[in-house]
Amino acid sequence: MLRWLIGGGREPQGLAEKSPLQTIGEEQTQNPYTELLVLKAHHDIVRFLVQLDDYRFASAGDDGIVVVWNAQTGEKLLELNGHTQKITAIITFPSLESFEEKNQLILTASADRTVIVWDGDTARQVQRISCFQSTVKCLTVLQRLDVWLSGGNDLCVWNRKLDLLCKTSHLSDTGISALVEIPKNCVVAAVGKELIIFRLVAPTEGSLEWDILEVKHLLDHQDNILSLMNVNDLSFVTGSHIGELIIWDALDWTVQAYERNFWDPSPQLDTQQEIKLCQKLNDISIHHFTCDEENVFAAVGRGLYVYNLQMKRVIACQKTAHDSNVLHIAKLPNRQLISCSEDGSVRIWELREKQQLAAEPVPTGFFNMWGFGRVNKQASQPVKKQQENATSCSLELIGDLIGHSSSVEMFLYFEDHGLVTCSADHLIILWKNGERESGLRSLRLFQKLEENGDLYLAV
Amino acid sequence: MISAPDVVAFTKEEEYEEEPYNEPALPEEYSVPLFPFASQGANPWSKLSGAKFSRDFILISEFSEQVGPQPLLTIPNDTKVFGTFDLNYFSLRIMSVDYQASFVGHPPGSAYPKLNFVEDSKVVLGDSKEGAFAYVHHLTLYDLEARGFVRPFCMAYISADQHKIMQQFQELSAEFSRASECLKTGNRKAFAGELEKKLKDLDYTRTVLHTETEIQKKANDKGFYSSQAIEKANELASVEKSIIEHQDLLKQIRSYPHRKLKGRDLCPGEMEHIQDQASQASTTSNPDESADTDLYTCRPAYTPKLIKAKSTKCFDKKLKTLEELCDTEYFTQTLAQLSHIEHMFRGDLCYLLTSQIDRALLKQQHITNFLFEDFVEVDDRMVEKQESIPSKPSQDRPPSRSLEECPIPKVLISVGSYKSSVESVLIKMEQELGDEEYKEVEVTELSSFDPQENLDYLGTDMKGSISSGESIEVLGTEKSTSVLSKSDSQASLTVPLSPQVVRSKAVSHRTISEDSIEVLSTCPSEALIPDDFKASYPSAINEEESYPDGNEGAIHFQASISPPELGETEEGSVENTLSQIDSSCCIGKDSDGQLVPPSTPAHTHPDEDGVVSSPPQRHRQKDQGFHVDFSMENANPSSRDNSCEGFPAYELDPSHLLASRDISKTSLDNYSDTTSYVSSVASTSSDRIPSAYPAGLSSDRHKKRAGQNALKFIRQYPFAHPAIYSLLSGRTLVVLGEDEAVVRKLVTALAIFVPSYGCYAKPVKHWASSPLHIMDFQKWKLIGLQRVASPAGAGTLHALSRYSRYTSILDLDNKTLRCPLYRGTLVPRLADHRTQIKRGSTYYLHVQSMLTQLCSKAFLYTFCHHLHLPTHDKETEELVASRQASFLKLTLGLVHEDVRVVQYLAELLKLHYMRESPGTSHPMLRFDYVPSFLYKI
Repeated sequence: MLRWLIGGGREPQGLAEKSPLQTIGEEQTQNPYTELLVLKAHHDIVRFLVQLDDYRFASAGDDGIVVVWNAQTGEKLLELNGHTQKITAIITFPSLESFEEKNQLILTASADRTVIVWDGDTARQVQRISCFQSTVKCLTVLQRLDVWLSGGNDLCVWNRKLDLLCKTSHLSDTGISALVEIPKNCVVAAVGKELIIFRLVAPTEGSLEWDILEVKHLLDHQDNILSLMNVNDLSFVTGSHIGELIIWDALDWTVQAYERNFWDPSPQLDTQQEIKLCQKLNDISIHHFTCDEENVFAAVGRGLYVYNLQMKRVIACQKTAHDSNVLHIAKLPNRQLISCSEDGSVRIWELREKQQLAAEPVPTGFFNMWGFGRVNKQASQPVKKQQENATSCSLELIGDLIGHSSSVEMFLYFEDHGLVTCSADHLIILWKNGERESGLRSLRLFQKLEENGDLYLAV
Repeated sequence: MISAPDVVAFTKEEEYEEEPYNEPALPEEYSVPLFPFASQGANPWSKLSGAKFSRDFILISEFSEQVGPQPLLTIPNDTKVFGTFDLNYFSLRIMSVDYQASFVGHPPGSAYPKLNFVEDSKVVLGDSKEGAFAYVHHLTLYDLEARGFVRPFCMAYISADQHKIMQQFQELSAEFSRASECLKTGNRKAFAGELEKKLKDLDYTRTVLHTETEIQKKANDKGFYSSQAIEKANELASVEKSIIEHQDLLKQIRSYPHRKLKGRDLCPGEMEHIQDQASQASTTSNPDESADTDLYTCRPAYTPKLIKAKSTKCFDKKLKTLEELCDTEYFTQTLAQLSHIEHMFRGDLCYLLTSQIDRALLKQQHITNFLFEDFVEVDDRMVEKQESIPSKPSQDRPPSRSLEECPIPKVLISVGSYKSSVESVLIKMEQELGDEEYKEVEVTELSSFDPQENLDYLGTDMKGSISSGESIEVLGTEKSTSVLSKSDSQASLTVPLSPQVVRSKAVSHRTISEDSIEVLSTCPSEALIPDDFKASYPSAINEEESYPDGNEGAIHFQASISPPELGETEEGSVENTLSQIDSSCCIGKDSDGQLVPPSTPAHTHPDEDGVVSSPPQRHRQKDQGFHVDFSMENANPSSRDNSCEGFPAYELDPSHLLASRDISKTSLDNYSDTTSYVSSVASTSSDRIPSAYPAGLSSDRHKKRAGQNALKFIRQYPFAHPAIYSLLSGRTLVVLGEDEAVVRKLVTALAIFVPSYGCYAKPVKHWASSPLHIMDFQKWKLIGLQRVASPAGAGTLHALSRYSRYTSILDLDNKTLRCPLYRGTLVPRLADHRTQIKRGSTYYLHVQSMLTQLCSKAFLYTFCHHLHLPTHDKETEELVASRQASFLKLTLGLVHEDVRVVQYLAELLKLHYMRESPGTSHPMLRFDYVPSFLYKI
């Protein structure tokens, strides 16, 4: 009757025993976010957050409006109204140093088959392009060439003045789902199961025309490619619906590494569990990547995997990091990883070197209680064992942020102001370090006192 | 004479000595007299023992030209209130002390009847036989059909407690002025409409008469006029004359100065008019006319009537009712204001004074007081803050600074010395000057006088004041207070032709009669300027230019609070004066009074017998005064006011603190423009019409109930401490239960522990039935939540468990509490379940005082510079943090979780202090990652 009262976590304790989902109690000493501010301006799912500068960010979503916020105070700065349908892509076009107009541009693509260019400082609609045959699903800016690309059913190249420079022929009906820039004036586009490399031909003495050429088709994925990302100058990574992770060489477009170990059906499982696993099939789709110099972090289904580029293997994983699919992950400078999920929570992880000596690590507090080791203990699989031996690090849950009542679509990390999350519950939440904010407020208080001349009156 | 019951609280009963007395007798000087009515079970503070009415009420009377003084209505309109009190008799009494020379008609030297915009007069009088004391506010309304076009009315606040009337004079005066202003505004409007109708009638009559005359002329071509024709011609002429007269009247009523209106608290309707005017003025070429016509246009659909030649001054005609005289809208507004006044001054004087002092002290704590105080008071404070922006520096220092000017002792003194003044109320009329000024000393309780000295004065005065055996005494009037202050501040005592001397002389001569009324001084409602003086200003505004009467009070108050503001305040008042001089420079005497340097400080000489021994200069003044007095028929009331404005504020008595409530109103009026925003603020602060606020939110009953229920909660639940800790530390407490009434009751009780974010209502939601959301925790700190048994309730519970880290949950049905651990010492003191406190209101006060202590700790913590900033560049954050911790622990004596309470309050203080700077409207939600525990009974 009172279980909901007693149980600290979201899962009743009986279930938690079986589920490998790692939970953390209410005591989260390492969680710095002790202050939150709910920002409400949207009236539909908020899907995108994009950082404009040190203190501003823009949010966009299914209601077709773009809102510019102050990340420090949570103040709503601007509201950009123009789209009639949901926004499908948003990107900033940073102004060039040489360019006269310093204002930052925001590009938004919408399901109403338009792209609008906004002035990020004045909310002015700079221009509106509505000659698209299909919805633009991705936008990318090639800053070096000062052009931007829009990807829908075809790929178009535009310059800053919004002239259409060139475009490809119709590629497919599903359209381009992801687009990244790779060296040598190339871009790689994910279209269904295949990757297509395009090369951009900038005007030279020979020809004044821009051109875009289809260079190569890569057909290594078995299923639709969901995520595509640059790792570094030399490689990029793709992830597919059935959990294939491929790292490509960005120069010669060959496969550097291939990983498909995220889901291993274990022969020992009985039929009942088989069904469960079948249901979980979509759990291994790779939704998002993030990476640092050494590792690629992948959001695979409900889990998180850390793939080491040098060792070319998964060094740490958290199979059920969330109750539901992980939608977005980001790596913070301090070896922390933040993930957000459809279950409405945001979790903060820390990548820790596993102490090889401690064969049976003594659980210290909450963190290890439902951790990785236990899961492995239960499954005495040779494959698992092998994997365990292989992993040399672990992802430890150090905190979770609960505020949204629906799926958290994306988040944005500000070094100075904390974390911004957006969600399907139409809200944006600003998570802040309470102690730091308190200090800042004191600082401002005394500044104000000084301005008023009250500080040294007693002297 | 004051009858015994009036002073009984201060007297010693004779029988007391004879009572059997077993204990060792106290020294005589320490013994407390017994209350004589104790045997009857009466409340010793009840002043009503001698009165025939059960509680204070407001009476509106009219001096009807047909039947004489008659009571019109009482507020509250309940016969139980005034009981057997003879309203007719009292109406007679109060109407007979109207000193206004409300002469309207044909003044000598003027061809047409003149309207006189008379300032209201405010008089305090007592009738000890009836046990009634009254503040009487006289006003005149215009009525075309009345004699001299005026109808004298008065509003009286009648109380059995004389002190109440005297001490609350400023407040009463300010509040009644507002009501009166409302009535008069409506009346002017109605009067103008009436005049226009009359003009149309006359115009029509003239046309008819004209045609008739023409017809007669044509019919009668014999060359000489028949008597009938002559009669017609005469009639026509009189109609013509009447038209001119009425046009003149209309012009006069329309010439009512608008700038005067602006200075006042306007009724909303009036405000709109003004705004309309402003907008029209910009569009029309002739702004004045359009504005006037706009203001007083009567309904267009009016069919003129023929007016009989014979004037119908018959006495059987029905006079207009008060409601007809004023616009209905304004009338109801006035009634609302009056019932507001009745609410405001309800209760014992001690109570009123204490709450006023309380409020004034709270105002000083403007940095912290928003946390736990009721927001009606906070509302006041907000207004004050707004106006005090220019004088920020002095306001923002720690309160200890201004606490030393804490006015309480002075008030006490004045109460003490007041006793004697009551006894010496009667003063011979011959002593006009001395008595008057002396009286004023009493009225304002000037604390610069030594009380003992004061008594001495009284003694001397007593000699002269035994004479009257009658029962009505006018104890003082409004303007006298300001005169006093002036006479005390020598620098500005500049008026050799002191108008008030003239006034009182004149008045005493006029009113001293066989009747039982003694007048000590009156309001200078008549002007001192002879009418011919004014004749040179055809559109003369015969009304004083002065600012609202609360003005002085407000300035005094500010001065008494914090001297550093003085520069500011003084400047303001000087400015006022200057502007008044400017606007009234046409009135020679005014500027005269201002400019003549002080020759002799006309100090009060209490030893003066008042009959002959005045110093020569004063004698001369008197003579002149007489002269002026006799020469004038009509008067301009303004001069004295103006001359009073210039006194230095700092010499004034802090006991004007009592006028504190006016400060918001008057100073706002003085310093602000008339934008609607400001006026709306003013109206929320001062026009506290009861209905505008949730009933009983700050009422005593509410407090008592809340205190009682909180006490019950503390006694009933052993886990009350962690629950209260949750509230104090800003963790939302959800009170979960099935029964709405029970939940609401507990939520209301616990709300006294909830710190507010700002000047708004407390962040308390009494009853919610839908699942809670993250926004709710940001917005509310105490929520009553419905427990639903049906599946629909599952969502509610799910949300609750999901957000469990932000909440403490008090389950009323299962008597459990889930919340973090509390080990501090603060809450046990605040909410001791073994407390001896029995009464809810007492407990409420206990909580308030504890919380105020807490606030001061939070204040110290917030504003200690070295706690939050590194003392040098190399100091690390850890050092600062450890300094904070040691301050909290060692200096403030906080242990364990108490620290979190003070930290939370400090955050609120910071946010509140910086709210002017751009920021979010909602405060952020702060929380801790701490484990919760389940408490059961």
